[in-house]
Amino acid sequence: MSFPSPRAGSGKRLDFNHHGVWAIYRFEIARALRTLVQTLVTPAITTSLYFVVFGAAIGSRLDSLGGVGYGAFIVPGLMMLAIFSESMSNASFGIFFPKFTGTIYEVLSAPISYVEIVIAYVGAAATKSIVLGLTILATASLFVPVHILHPGWMIAFLLVNAVTFSLFGFILGLWATGWEQLQLIPMLVVTPLTFLGGAFYSISMLPPAWQTVSLFNPIVYLISGFRWSFYGTADVRVGLSLAFTLGFFAACLGVVALIFKTGYRLKN
Amino acid sequence: MNPDIAPVIRIRGLTKRYASGAVALKPVDLDIAKGEIFALLGPNGAGKSTLINIICGIVTPSSGSVTADGHDIQREYRAARAKIGLVPQELTTDSFETVWATVNFSRGLFGKPANPDYVARLLRDLSLSDKRNARIMSLSGGMKRRVMIAKALSHEPEILFLDEPTAGVDVELRRDMWNLVRSLRERGVTVILTTHYIEEAEEMADRVGVINKGELILVEEKRTLMKTLGKRQLVLHLASPLSAVPPELGPWRLELSAGGHELVHTVDGDRSIDVAALLERMSSLSIGIRDLQTHQSSLEEIFVSLVSRHA
Ligand SMILES: Nc1ncnc2c1ncn2[C@@H]1O[C@H](COP(=O)(O)OP(=O)(O)OP(=O)(O)O)[C@@H](O)[C@H]1O
Ligand SMILES: [Mg+2]
Repeated sequence: MSFPSPRAGSGKRLDFNHHGVWAIYRFEIARALRTLVQTLVTPAITTSLYFVVFGAAIGSRLDSLGGVGYGAFIVPGLMMLAIFSESMSNASFGIFFPKFTGTIYEVLSAPISYVEIVIAYVGAAATKSIVLGLTILATASLFVPVHILHPGWMIAFLLVNAVTFSLFGFILGLWATGWEQLQLIPMLVVTPLTFLGGAFYSISMLPPAWQTVSLFNPIVYLISGFRWSFYGTADVRVGLSLAFTLGFFAACLGVVALIFKTGYRLKN
Repeated sequence: MNPDIAPVIRIRGLTKRYASGAVALKPVDLDIAKGEIFALLGPNGAGKSTLINIICGIVTPSSGSVTADGHDIQREYRAARAKIGLVPQELTTDSFETVWATVNFSRGLFGKPANPDYVARLLRDLSLSDKRNARIMSLSGGMKRRVMIAKALSHEPEILFLDEPTAGVDVELRRDMWNLVRSLRERGVTVILTTHYIEEAEEMADRVGVINKGELILVEEKRTLMKTLGKRQLVLHLASPLSAVPPELGPWRLELSAGGHELVHTVDGDRSIDVAALLERMSSLSIGIRDLQTHQSSLEEIFVSLVSRHA
């Protein structure tokens, strides 16, 4: 056999394991590419259906909202809906699955830090959901006149929300001990809050009491800010949206840091 | 073990109590020399995997310290882990990845730049070349184990841990595994393996450690162990019983047993006796022999007697 002899103690210190981060990132992207149809084509078709149903059938009977046609109005909401659920499911599955099958042993035994592990998994999940969000945007613009007033802010909101919900998904994946738990929070909490969070309507369309209730839904602030970057109109002040977006991001980051300080649920 | 050379693995006061309360390791001290093959023996639940998993970073120790090639496994985990390869006890592989992708993934994960030549050679040496584009789930269990070994060797580790590498593999793969370990040793790689097959330790190891209920009850050169604890005996079954050992047979230091039906010689260390001359002398004394047996206590017997003594 011909194994090269190990190079004796090369004194080089490894300060950032970029090969390791890249390996995980590529692994995660490859996983999505294997199921390209499911990852991108399905959402594109679903989006088209939304526009056929909401845009053409219902939207034509609705007044424009703040000067924006209903079809165009729901584009940012649709994108956020996809970003939330895709980031969460990708990141949670990405870390849960190796935990479930046991292949996590390799990551734990590798010279890679927790920060690097998070960068790799969360980075890959965010990448995938951003690509999906942009696919939806592209599909939507085939049906309705989409127009982006503040492209810089649009990208910023997209990026931060994708990373935040990927972090959130990562936490779910670490916490979950079974498949049901993995689905629980996204299905019972995040999706309803998103639907009730003005993804498909302006909360100003609601009766006053419900408007007040809606303001307790943090998702309202995230979607409103994102929509503002498109059309310059918003349900809440954009400064508030920004604060919520960054606050949620910081909270998720903090929880991940706390989890890893204790090695929680990854190591015995 | 040469005490002048710094050990490649140095374990001091290592303990582990799992969250469940199970004490898997009592304070363990152990040095492993560079380039040696060390076999860790012990019954189920003895703490072998726990010990290995702590060194490899998968389990957090409760107390104590471990250094790998001089690097503390916790404070300098990057430097320590970069030197270590692990084939865990359980067969856990990705299913949808190809062999080629998964081995390259491991190499990257351990911080090494891509080296297709090395990986290709590794796969060839493990008889995996024709499977390189196969998805792992399409492989047999033995093939998957080879893949796991390839992954463990993908980053050219200097220390290799094999946690029960031959559990449930066929004779051929087992022999391949032994050859692999020997060839690794020739290249200066330190190999630490656990096994339930004592013959495996007997065949390959330089030193043997016996662990029982989280306690390292013995660490010894295999040869010394076999010599001091392993008995070799020659048993002659006689055609008709004797009442005493004939004085003519004095030089062979024989003992009478089985009610005079057997003459037994116990070999002392490495000194062997001239069996042919003994048989000749017996025939000249007209002592008939029905049967002749030699018996050497295996490492297995040594092991069983050790563990039961400490139970
Ligand atoms: N994750 C865990 N949580 C709680 N207890 C554990 C855990 N892993 C192992 N143990 C306990 O620690 C002890 C040592 O287990 P370990 O797996 O190290 O033994 P082993 O020597 O490798 O056994 P085997 O030969 O069966 O592989 C056992 O009593 C086991 O039940
Ligand atoms: Mg074990």
